[in-house]
Amino acid sequence: MHAKTPDNELIQDVLQGNTAAYAELVERYRSFVFTIALRYINSREDAEEVSQDIFVKAFRSLADFKGASKFSTWLYTITTTTCLSFLRKKKLAVQSLDNEHVFAVAENVDGGMSANQVEQKSRVQMVNEAIRMLSPEDSQVITLFYKGEQTLEEIAQIIGKEPNAVKVQLHRARTRLKEKMTKHFSAEVRDIY
Amino acid sequence: MDINPLHNGMEHSDDMELRLWEYIDGLSQEPSVIERLIAENAEWRAKYAELMEVHQLVQSTALEEPSLRFTKNVMEEIARLQIAPATKQYINTKIIWGIAAFFLTVIVGFLVYGFAQVDWSAGNSNGNPMGVDFTSVDYGKMFNNTFVNLFMMANVILGLMLLDRFLNMKRKKMLER
Repeated sequence: MHAKTPDNELIQDVLQGNTAAYAELVERYRSFVFTIALRYINSREDAEEVSQDIFVKAFRSLADFKGASKFSTWLYTITTTTCLSFLRKKKLAVQSLDNEHVFAVAENVDGGMSANQVEQKSRVQMVNEAIRMLSPEDSQVITLFYKGEQTLEEIAQIIGKEPNAVKVQLHRARTRLKEKMTKHFSAEVRDIY
Repeated sequence: MDINPLHNGMEHSDDMELRLWEYIDGLSQEPSVIERLIAENAEWRAKYAELMEVHQLVQSTALEEPSLRFTKNVMEEIARLQIAPATKQYINTKIIWGIAAFFLTVIVGFLVYGFAQVDWSAGNSNGNPMGVDFTSVDYGKMFNNTFVNLFMMANVILGLMLLDRFLNMKRKKMLER
């Protein structure tokens, strides 16, 4: 089995003209980038287009990546700024956990399902849906911490906050996630606890 | 002091959760204290079990997958592009220093010339707090003599040199593309 080539080696390859090596980086991080984009942008089509744009931007600016941080941290910073500027341009309404309309929609979705369908819903799907109900900031912090392999300091760098503020935000995001799961998926949560 | 027992209870619960999350994340400064609390206190033990469930559930979530053509689309897009030169390479520090020197020269020149026009021996007259009689400044003379003309000429030449370098750089970039 081949060992995974380190990101920095792939970047050097790309900078030396081997553009094909960039495909490996795209493969490695496409799901992370797409997931974070989806936390901000509700439409899958738009999120995919923005994610592609993020990788193109990262490629164009690759010479600026000096390796002072992890490539993923640098890439997620581009992801955050690109998503925010997309939302500013499109002036899309960002779904928030305080948005009553979103709650109503979520409740109706569940209400429209048969008991059997609700039972079949896997725990993973349930958590994913609960994460989607959070604000983009909360869901991004949770995604970066759990799935993006980022430390609190790295998340702070990505979202432009102090590490202590990120720690508190992560704590609050998890508390809100727990509340969401209890409120909207109480049947599944009862099974779990 | 908050004497509301409900508030105190909420604060206690919040503090407990925060400390337990730090412990679960491996960031706690007092892991042995938390371990002891979990072992000896039923409330802490129950909360720890509850948070661990949430932690494991979030860990088990899968990432969203983009379409199968995603990587291909990105590679097709970048095939038409080139990596931009590093920011430090295209920001020429000599030009920055040149612009700074230009403005510094202008400011210093005007200051020197302005002070040279002041009649320091005139003293404080007519209640002028600065002791400068502005009515006696001959503005016509200020903008007519040879010194000012030479100074302005030097500035114009410096400005043209900077403009030339800037345009040259732009032309080179265009040719490189």
